[in-house]
Formats: sequence, C-alpha cells, structure tokens
Amino acid sequence: MRLEQQPLFGLMAEFGGPRRLIRAIEAAREAGYTEMDAFTPYPVEEVWEALGHHRSKLPAIVLVGGILGAILGFGLQYWTSVIAYPLNIGGRPLNSWPAFIPVTFEMTILVATLFTVLGMFALNGLPQPYHPVFNVERFALASRDRYFLCIGAWDPNFDREATAEFLQAQEPEEVSEVAS
Amino acid sequence: MSDKRRTDVSTEILAKPPIVGPGHTAGSVTDKISEVVLARTPKWWFPAFGASFLLLNLLLLALAKLLFEGPGIWGLNIPVGWGFAIINFVWWIGIGHAGTLISAILLLLRQPWRTSINRFAEAMTLFAVACAGIFPLIHVGRPWLAYWLLPYPNTMQLWPQFRSPLLWDVFAVSTYATASLLFWYVGLIPDMATLRDRTRKRFKQILYGFLAMGWRGSARHWHNYETAYLLLAGLATPLVISVHTIVSFDFAVGQIPGWHATIFPPYFVAGAIFAGFAMVLTLSVPLRKVFNLEDFITQRHIQNMAKVMLATGLIVAYGYMVEIFMAFYSGNQYEEFMILNRIQGPYRVQWHLLLLCNVLAPQLIWVRKVRRTPWMVWVVAMFVNVGMWLERFVIVVTSLHRDFLPSSWGMFHGTFWDWATFIGTIGLFLSLLFLFLRFLPMISIFEMRTIVPEPDAHLELDGHGGDE
Repeated sequence: MRLEQQPLFGLMAEFGGPRRLIRAIEAAREAGYTEMDAFTPYPVEEVWEALGHHRSKLPAIVLVGGILGAILGFGLQYWTSVIAYPLNIGGRPLNSWPAFIPVTFEMTILVATLFTVLGMFALNGLPQPYHPVFNVERFALASRDRYFLCIGAWDPNFDREATAEFLQAQEPEEVSEVAS
Repeated sequence: MSDKRRTDVSTEILAKPPIVGPGHTAGSVTDKISEVVLARTPKWWFPAFGASFLLLNLLLLALAKLLFEGPGIWGLNIPVGWGFAIINFVWWIGIGHAGTLISAILLLLRQPWRTSINRFAEAMTLFAVACAGIFPLIHVGRPWLAYWLLPYPNTMQLWPQFRSPLLWDVFAVSTYATASLLFWYVGLIPDMATLRDRTRKRFKQILYGFLAMGWRGSARHWHNYETAYLLLAGLATPLVISVHTIVSFDFAVGQIPGWHATIFPPYFVAGAIFAGFAMVLTLSVPLRKVFNLEDFITQRHIQNMAKVMLATGLIVAYGYMVEIFMAFYSGNQYEEFMILNRIQGPYRVQWHLLLLCNVLAPQLIWVRKVRRTPWMVWVVAMFVNVGMWLERFVIVVTSLHRDFLPSSWGMFHGTFWDWATFIGTIGLFLSLLFLFLRFLPMISIFEMRTIVPEPDAHLELDGHGGDE
C-alpha cells in the first residue's frame, strides 16, 4: 500500500537477529539520526545502550515510594496509638516503637511496590491504546522473534527516500513505511 | 542483564543437563507455549476443571452454612479455640512462598533454570494466598465485620491494636497478596502482547490487547521493565521472609508452651519454602507431561526443586530437634510436658506421621535414582504436602489442647464442615489453576526467548559502525 497521501510516522526496518539490529542502530547514529526506537522480543540491554541511553529513573522513584511508605506506616501507628486512641496499660509507653516495626516494614514494601509498577507504567507511557508502529503488519512479529528499528519522520535528517535507502543498506529483512 | 543471563546459561549448558530442549528458537518457544492458550481446549480440561469446580461449590456451601449458623459448626471449643482455620491458613500461605522464592530470590541469585517454572509458581502463590486469605476472615466469627481490622476513621472512634501480631498479619498478608499480584501481572505484560499479536480471534485480541496495555517491546519499555522487575524481586525477597515470620509471631508471641519459641520465625520460613516447593513439584510433574512441556520443564528442573525441598526439609527437621531440645533444656515443666504430650499424648499419631512425612520421606531425595525419576519425586512431594499440614495441626491443636491446668484440658476433632471448608479451598485453588492454564501462558514466553540461542550470534559486535 502506498502512503503518499497520509502523513508518515517513520520508516521501519525488520531484522532477523539482535546483532544486526545493534549494527543498524550504530550505523544510524553515525549517519546522524537521533529520533529512533528499537523493538525486540525480549530485553536486550545492548540495544538500549546502542541507542545512547543509560539509566532509568525508576530506582529513584522506588526509593521515594519506600520512604513515603515507611513514614506513612509509622506515622499511622504513632498517631493512632499515642494521639488518637491512647490506651494506658500499666503505664507502658504509648509510643512502643518496636511493636510498630512489622507494619512499618510492610507499608514500606507495599508503597515501594506500587511505585515500582506505576512508575514503570508512567516511564513507558503505558497504558497506550494506539501506537502507529502497529500499522506495520509484520510488526506483530516483534513479540515473537523479529527485531525492528524505526526512524521517526520528525528526525531532522529524515528524508523519505534517503532514509529508506539507508535502512535498505543495513541488511534488513524488509523496510516498510509506518503510517501515523 | 539479559546478556549476562545468556552467558551464564551457555557456560552452564556445557556442564549440566540443559534447561531447555535442543533445537529451540525464539519462534518455536513462542509458538509452543502460546499454542497451549490459543488452541482449542483439550478434552481432559473439562472433567478436570469440572471436578475442581464441584469442590469449589463445596466451599461455597460450607461458607454459606457458616454464615447462617456461626463457627459452632466447626469442632472449635475452649481450650482449642484455633483449629482448622488457622492450620489451613498457615498451610496455604506457606505453599504460596515458593512462587515468590522462585521468581524473586532465584532471579536475584541468577539461576536461569527458574525461567520455565516461575510463571506458574507465581500463579500458584496467588491462588494459595487467595485460599489462605479466606480463613482469617471467616475465623473472626462475624466475617461481615472483618473490615474492623483495617485502620479507618469510624463512628466508634476506635483504632486497631498495632501491638498485636494478628494485626501485623493483616498488613503482611494483604501486602503479600498485592505485591504477588503486581509481580505476576508485570511478568505477564510482554506475554499478553505476544498473545495479542498471535491470536486471530477478535475477542481474544481485545482481551489480551487490553491486558498488554499497548506493550510494543521498545528498547525504552524493556529497559524500564527490566529495572522494575529486578526492583520488584528485591522488594519481594524481604517481603516473603517477613510474611511467614509474622505468621510465626501469631504463635511465638503467645505464651502457650509449644508456641512460645524463638526458633519459630526461621523454622516457619524454611517450612514455607519446603511446602511451597513440594506443591510446585506436585503440579509441575503432571503438567509437563500433559502439555508435552518436557523440553522446557526438564529433568534438571525437577531435580533442582527436589534438592531445594531436601535442603529446606533438613532445616525444618533441625527446627523439630531444637523444639525438643529447648523443651528439656529450659527446665520448664510445662514445656517438657508439651513435648512428651506430642510424642505420647492423644495426638501422637499425627506427630509420628509428621516425622515420617517431613523428615524421613525427603531423605529419599539423596538417592540419585529417586531425584531423577519425576514420579518418585512427586510421591515424596505428596508426603511433604501432607506432612506440612500435619505440622500445623500439631503446632496449633496439640499445643492448645493441654495447657497449664489439667482441669481445662480438652480434645479437638475436625467436623464434617471443617473438612468441607478445607477440601473446598483445594477446589478453589485447582479451579483457579485450571483457568490459569487455559487462558494465560503458564511459562514466561519472553524469558524463554532469552535462554535459547540467538539467530545471529555468529556476528561479531565490534562496537562501531559494522562492516560496511
């Protein structure tokens, strides 16, 4: 199908293996492309590094979640046992903090876990009901055994013909246009 | 990380039997595992699910009876105020622990063989926790008021007692259920995308597409995903240990002889892992046969799990010894009596069966022939399943029924409804399990792809530019 009339999201090349994909990414970066994304059927850390990225913000988010959970858990117990509903039993201290550790611990884990999962969704932009890459029919194989590289049409170096030619030179199985 | 995993695997393949059958590729593992979900329902599934569903209805019946008549339908009475409900609660929650252990701790320890068993072990965890969760709720006597356990501003101006292990339990078990569910679901997302892309049926495309939430396997997705998965494993590891520790506090903080022991937390955690691995083995030995998954759940998996079961079984046996030793070493006459009563008292049959099941039977794993024969490992695992239930029976009932004053002694016998509730939860567990096997991939597909050889592994990666 020709997509002359439709606006283009980008160009996509399909590869048979992760190493071909990594080579293509490296070649593309040398050719000056910056707006691209790669798709693999399983995590391949070298792909992420080849794209020039390094760290994830997630650990920081989880740390914040854990600290919040701890404060929340201990605060809840302190407030209920000392302020809201103090029970004097034989003069024992109201702030009996050792007894509050288990719940504080569980709350730390609970909130950190929620932050991990929700943080991962947020950083990945999920849930996302529609994405143009799914317009490529063979992209269904990205969740099986094929590796894809997509160069975005908004890349300053993007040119419909030249970029397609460049991708063809990277030994792909196929190059297709991605409708937006 | 995935590359690290891969090199670990390839070096190990040289030394030990493989963790995946020969000749598999990313495509073939995808097809094989998703076929189980996408193909027509096998004929045996209907009677298997039907039988489980019947047992589930027995549970519903028992619960309805309980709501109408109250806990009097159980064999509970003073002095044995904790009976089947607590036994079953601890038994189920213990079984749940293996799932988290396999997914989280073995992931952190970089044990690649966990890959083909972690998904259904996690599912098993969830279902076991669901069964476990029922018991404390119905055991409160008036289950419709169970929400009083939660701290919320109420018109009575009351707050729960945070110094009680029973309340710690509420937080531990609900956190554990939430974390296990999230861990399991996060693990499923890439596989939901696979099913979404592979199925041809409109309804399934929508259903799995909904669950996959738009996952497209981009480098950014995977990078954050891997980070999240490792962090979840890191959070789940202390969590799983804390859960059974807190469950053991339910007992250890009380002053009843037989409960009041400092060995309880480690001994309960080991017992939980022991019971959990036994249950994973109980399920995986028949499943690999029925679904022809011997290439993925290999003999090496069975063997490794059997070894973990043996190791934790030895820790449990050590726990039994320490209990006996401490009873006499303490010089406390009630503690001494408690142990003698376990050995010679009216529940001595249970205690001796417990030793047979949990201490003697696992020793068979030492024999190579037994370890390498799946059905023999299965038989040992069944002994452990029974033994761990008996262990909780001995701890709960034998300790309670004869306490400090002979005038308050009594006996406990499970009634028909006690057994119906217990067997009913087995029905709930199996029903959920069969639904899971039918509708979700029981082996993590994307993780299996990481342990098969890469199609272009022969290409050199020299860093820059390729060879143009």
